[in-house]
Amino acid sequence: MQHGKYRFIVGFLALPLGLYALFVVWPFIQSIYYSFTDWTGLSPEFKMVGLDNYRRMLDDPIFWKSLQHSLIFALVLPVVTISLALFFSFMINVGGRKRRGGPVVTGVRGSSFYKIVYFFPQVLSIAIVALLFAFAYNPDSGAINSILRGIGLGSVQPLWLGDPSLALWAVMAVLVWSTVGFFVVLFSAGMASIPADLYEAALLDGAGRASTFFRITLPLLWDTVQSGWVYMGILALGAESFAVVQIMTTGPGGPDYSTTVMVLYVYQKAFRDGQAAYATTIGVALLVVTLAFAALVMRLGRRERLEY
Amino acid sequence: MKTTETPAPVPAESGAPVARTDTRGGPPRKEKKEGGVLNVFSHGMLILWAFMVVMPLLWAVMTSFKDDSAIFNSPWALPDKLHFDNWSRAWTDANMSDYFLNTILVVAGSLIGTLVLGSMAAYVLARFDFPGNRFIYFLFIGGMSFPIMLALVPLFYVVNNMGLLNTIHGLILVYIAYSLPFTVFFLTAFFRTLPTSVAEAAFVDGASHSRTFFQIMLPMAKPGLISVGIFNFLGQWNQYMLPTVLNTDPDKRVLTQGLVQLAASQGYKGDWSGLFAGLVMAMIPVLVAYIIFQRQVVAGLTAGALK
Repeated sequence: MQHGKYRFIVGFLALPLGLYALFVVWPFIQSIYYSFTDWTGLSPEFKMVGLDNYRRMLDDPIFWKSLQHSLIFALVLPVVTISLALFFSFMINVGGRKRRGGPVVTGVRGSSFYKIVYFFPQVLSIAIVALLFAFAYNPDSGAINSILRGIGLGSVQPLWLGDPSLALWAVMAVLVWSTVGFFVVLFSAGMASIPADLYEAALLDGAGRASTFFRITLPLLWDTVQSGWVYMGILALGAESFAVVQIMTTGPGGPDYSTTVMVLYVYQKAFRDGQAAYATTIGVALLVVTLAFAALVMRLGRRERLEY
Repeated sequence: MKTTETPAPVPAESGAPVARTDTRGGPPRKEKKEGGVLNVFSHGMLILWAFMVVMPLLWAVMTSFKDDSAIFNSPWALPDKLHFDNWSRAWTDANMSDYFLNTILVVAGSLIGTLVLGSMAAYVLARFDFPGNRFIYFLFIGGMSFPIMLALVPLFYVVNNMGLLNTIHGLILVYIAYSLPFTVFFLTAFFRTLPTSVAEAAFVDGASHSRTFFQIMLPMAKPGLISVGIFNFLGQWNQYMLPTVLNTDPDKRVLTQGLVQLAASQGYKGDWSGLFAGLVMAMIPVLVAYIIFQRQVVAGLTAGALK
């Protein structure tokens, strides 16, 4: 297959690679370069300022706040989401009662119904979900406080998004709500490929559900859990947290910067405050955090690969 | 532990039947009691979560049929009558029809572009050996884990300088570029699994490389293209961050930004019922499509993470 091979390769790669280089790779490289300049974004002139932007960043209390919130997002969200999803998918796939004559391991009744319903939020845009919950959280006329009043908790009427100490958690809950279903379906697919005789053997040995889960399901599902973890962390640091924080919280960024995250801060510095160079500096910090997070999860989660 | 107590190891052939009688006999009795409480608890949790997923959506549908005072005074009460005028107001006055049209144009263009360009690049990277192959592959893959916002700051000016800011075709090109990493990653793996013999036979018969690709390989790759196509369709239809940065012209807004802008401006106009109608309007097509193509959607969205 040598005839015209290189002409073909170049012909097929030129367009996709060119587009990708122009709109993705080149801006990334430019960003890193701009972080050493005083570019405002408003005028084409700029000069090199060395590490000034980085020094300024280290003295910027709002940057530290956004970093702290982003780290909370990246650590708490995957733990909560993946734990919930593991619990649900284990129940859906393995947690069923043994029926006479049926297979040894079954899911609960209605397992496919749960999988369909849980997946609903995943097909909706995070922007629409954020808007919906912004209304649901409304302290006076929102759905949530109205339910609290309805069940006799009229004295408990949190301000939710208006309360600086609560707003961040209220926003995170929305991300959990919208992503659990995806992981339930993902883990279910992984669990379906675990051979049933392993469960049979465990049952013979008298293993209960908890030890079946920790000794069999989790180790055999580990690769999927780990890549899901990285995926969720990248989402929590990037696009998803941008959408929910920007749409849901006042400011945006919350009362007293109580919900601002790094990705939102980059956006505001670049497109609201006309400080493009400083925005890219925070962006570089975000890049470092993202890569460190991925490396950490991959390293901590490294285990002997189990063959089955 | 238990197996060591069992005196005679079960012969391999009769393993399965013995296992079944055993589970029916001894251990389950103890487990039933413990299992009963656990079952109620875990079933309860499953039902509770299903409820928590469905209720906000039903609440939105219900609210979209109420008038404004009912929305504020009794959030959970059923509408006194179905206010369909909310929907028509949202469709015409609030420009939902324009947002739909813009979104359809952008997604149609970028979905086709993504699939064509993505499969071309993936095919070459999967099937041909040439210097730089690995480098280009990892260049594409790297785009999946980098924070996009970092690139968006200079990208805004790149797009602006090319005169593509606030244009539909500019947005399409950017969508394609940012969809390529996952598409190339997924399709490269897919093309590698396809047998080489068919393509070789076609080539021996005198078909050119590009003819082999379009007439032989693409049809064979159809399942992979459908999966990655669904993935990209949802991602592009729901995209919020890219248009927020690159598409600031009110006339060119896509659904997601249109709704967010609407929410901001409705705050002054006070037309919340119209806004809810708009929200539900935007939710329904994807939910219906999901319910119809449920199997394919789930396969498409989870395929990447399972590789």
